Amino acid sequence: MSIRHGLLALLERGPRYGSQLRTEFESRTGSTWPLNVGQVYTTLNRLERDGMVAQGGEDDAGHTLYAITDSGRTELRTWFEKPVDRTSPARDELAIKLAMAVGAPGVDIRAVIQSQRRHTVKAMQDYTRLKAQALLAVEGGGARERDDVAWLLVLEQLIFQTEAEARWLDHCESRLIRLSATAATGAPASAPAAPAAPAAPAAPAPPAAAPNGPTAPSTSIAPGTSIP
Amino acid sequence: MSTQQPVLQLQNLTRVHGAGATEVHALRGIDLAVYPGELVAVMGPSGSGKSTLLTIAGGLDTPSSGRVIVEDTDITTASVKELAALRRRSIGYVFQDYNLIPALTAAENVALPRELDGTSARKARVEAVAALEEMGLGHLADRFPDEMSGGQQQRVAIARALVGDRRLVLADEPTGALDSETGESVLALLRTRCDAGAAGVLVTHEPRFAAWADRVVFLRDGAIVDQTVRSEADSLLSGQVAEA
Ligand SMILES: Nc1ncnc2c1ncn2[C@@H]1O[C@H](COP(=O)(O)OP(=O)(O)OP(=O)(O)O)[C@@H](O)[C@H]1O
Ligand SMILES: [Mg+2]
Repeated sequence: MSIRHGLLALLERGPRYGSQLRTEFESRTGSTWPLNVGQVYTTLNRLERDGMVAQGGEDDAGHTLYAITDSGRTELRTWFEKPVDRTSPARDELAIKLAMAVGAPGVDIRAVIQSQRRHTVKAMQDYTRLKAQALLAVEGGGARERDDVAWLLVLEQLIFQTEAEARWLDHCESRLIRLSATAATGAPASAPAAPAAPAAPAAPAPPAAAPNGPTAPSTSIAPGTSIP
Repeated sequence: MSTQQPVLQLQNLTRVHGAGATEVHALRGIDLAVYPGELVAVMGPSGSGKSTLLTIAGGLDTPSSGRVIVEDTDITTASVKELAALRRRSIGYVFQDYNLIPALTAAENVALPRELDGTSARKARVEAVAALEEMGLGHLADRFPDEMSGGQQQRVAIARALVGDRRLVLADEPTGALDSETGESVLALLRTRCDAGAAGVLVTHEPRFAAWADRVVFLRDGAIVDQTVRSEADSLLSGQVAEA
């Protein structure tokens, strides 16, 4: 994720100071990728070194203001025009984990898949709840509407991304079942066609509390996820 | 709140289809309680028992053993009359194949359960048109099912399940024939109904739609193997690492 280009995009709307950039960046992306002020200033320094921003005096409160330069504008334009590179995919821990789990002794790959599925679907539930709030904010209109729309788009991206992962997990599981069924066709017809059902990692307990705040069964996985 | 009574309780539910060599154990010991205000999604591979669970919960099929309690009524022991009244009044059901009556218009289809329940024809029509408008179908109120697209018929079926004051809404793949955006608005509506106090059970293959639920239950070979509960809003997105 490019903080550099994010800052240039914000500066194109007029000169700003460091902590202001941080606030605006976060309200656009809903603190999904929190920035600290240090990161903002380091990035501004690099942009200044590369001639893409210039210090442009102070505001009334004495904050140093930064402004985008022509070469910064050119860089920003190119960024919007060029697709984000997908041909050298980032390392994905889950893909690596499943690849390693195939045939690993003592590893129940279906249990690995189910434990991930639970975690991924839960993350989707959380994002969806935030999305419902963001939708309300967008429909309510108001001064912050542009930020709300931006935040909604980011949330939906997270939802689609986790959805793709959940679907891929379903696919992996059915593929494994089919493959083990194929492997078993040489054997007598009574041979088990599929691996044993995964052990339920958490016994499904009835909800301890009722509506709106079901507190029941907490999983062993910490809330919140890192962005894949 | 924890003292609240579930709207729906399934207790040690089993359902066996057929007998002998062709015996199918569609459900094996399901326990599930759904509280007022709660939306529960049921996910699982094809044939895992999702529709069976839902039809039994709605009193449209009977379990081989176990109990189904809707509010105060055990529908496995209720009289036919009691059950029929409960189904008309308290339970809204969206079928996997929408099940509209071909000889009735959209508005008449939606109004039917209310009329059967004694609501005046005029009032039932007003309610039906309002429910159709909520689904974005006000302009199709007087069309017959075969004059509508699959997605439109599906939304009529959803309007029928939601009309009136249903305490329990059961929906089997209600987003099947809908595009992503329309499916979303159906889920948002179901969510609103539950937030207003109804209990909902949604069967879906789509994780993105299941994610609107408070709880997602995973069914496999007729048994609940896992479930997940959403977090409280304030704990969301915490613990995420910044990426440079
Ligand atoms: N009337 C019936 N007679 C015999 N077997 C049946 C009957 N109805 C369902 N079954 C079997 O019971 C099992 C569960 O079926 P069910 O319709 O509940 O699955 P499902 O999870 O809804 O699947 P799908 O996602 O394909 O709709 C399946 O193995 C199915 O073949
Ligand atoms: Mg089904």
